[in-house]
Amino acid sequence: MTATGPVPLATELLSAGAHAAGAQAPTAGANAMRTHAVTLAAEAGGRGFLSPTGVEIAFLLVGLVTLGAAIVTVTTRQLVHAALWLVVALGGLAVEYLLLTAEFIAWVQVLIYVGSVVVLLLFGLMLTKAPIGRSPDADSGNRPAALAVAVTAAVTLVWVVVDAFRTTWIDLDEAGRGSTAATGRMLFQHWVLPFEALSLLLLSALVGAIVLARRDGNGTRGRDGGRGRDDGGNADRDSGRDGVTEEQR
Amino acid sequence: MHLAYPAVLAALLFCTGLYGVLARRNAILVLMSVELMLNAVNLNLVAFDVWLRDTLHAGQALTLFVITVAAAEIGIGLAIVLLVFRRRGDSGIDRLRDTAEPPDPRPGGAPDGAGTPADEPRHGGPRTPVRKAGTTA
Repeated sequence: MTATGPVPLATELLSAGAHAAGAQAPTAGANAMRTHAVTLAAEAGGRGFLSPTGVEIAFLLVGLVTLGAAIVTVTTRQLVHAALWLVVALGGLAVEYLLLTAEFIAWVQVLIYVGSVVVLLLFGLMLTKAPIGRSPDADSGNRPAALAVAVTAAVTLVWVVVDAFRTTWIDLDEAGRGSTAATGRMLFQHWVLPFEALSLLLLSALVGAIVLARRDGNGTRGRDGGRGRDDGGNADRDSGRDGVTEEQR
Repeated sequence: MHLAYPAVLAALLFCTGLYGVLARRNAILVLMSVELMLNAVNLNLVAFDVWLRDTLHAGQALTLFVITVAAAEIGIGLAIVLLVFRRRGDSGIDRLRDTAEPPDPRPGGAPDGAGTPADEPRHGGPRTPVRKAGTTA
């Protein structure tokens, strides 16, 4: 969408609103749509980047913190520090959701990501015996290629996005759009079927994770025999460990 | 608020995650970078939902679904990483090359009948009997 993008959208909305008003009784919805389109067209043209509003300044500052934390996350050589900087990045994103008036998603972000996903990642680091200090082999050999790909993608995406949405204005004044009541009503009126499908997905993921991570006692007989042919030392150690777990049972 | 702010932030976060996925060696760090990319997508979805004012709230609903799918993905991914670590004692994804094609020691590929029994032990692995069956057939 170019610089004249919102104006055709506004006129289209205007004509749609006028058509609806002519076909049916002139409702308040059509009037609200017309005024909304007019304000959208008026505000998109008049705002500039040199006179940012308070919300924009807050968004920019939190965005800088988020981006810095994300960059530290992918570049630091201390694995536990990477997980802790990921907390900063995800928390900053929660603040950005709040600034975009999506309250419920912000709290879901805090609960799910900061609360559980990072804890899972820390447990994973602990269980894979990650070194506490600096690990010299955190980055693989294709780091220059990755940097080139990332910088190229960043330049292209930022260029396209800025060119497309330079004059697009988000109206954040409508209260209660992302509140818990509105989100719950939307989720259980229009999106019930995907919601239930997702609950099935979560259940199967839970079962699959348990099956994968379980240190199985009875079922390893055949697989231990198969592994014993491949590498003898590991099989001996594993069979000893399995014997311990069977004794515990 | 201009739509350019969240869109640019999302693009930069996505590219940061892209760099992490490509450059990291530890599998758990790769999973962290994937989370960053998914969060960039979520920010885009929320910003466009607020901008377009969809009556079905499709953007925010899809954001919740992406968060759920990401939680499932991180659980399964960590279980797989733990399993790999338990079997091999290492979680570096550079060394997981069991399904990679071994480089052919002879220059110019493998023409029929060129494989002599003398250099068969150098190949190793399960590929040798397959090729031998192919050349004799």
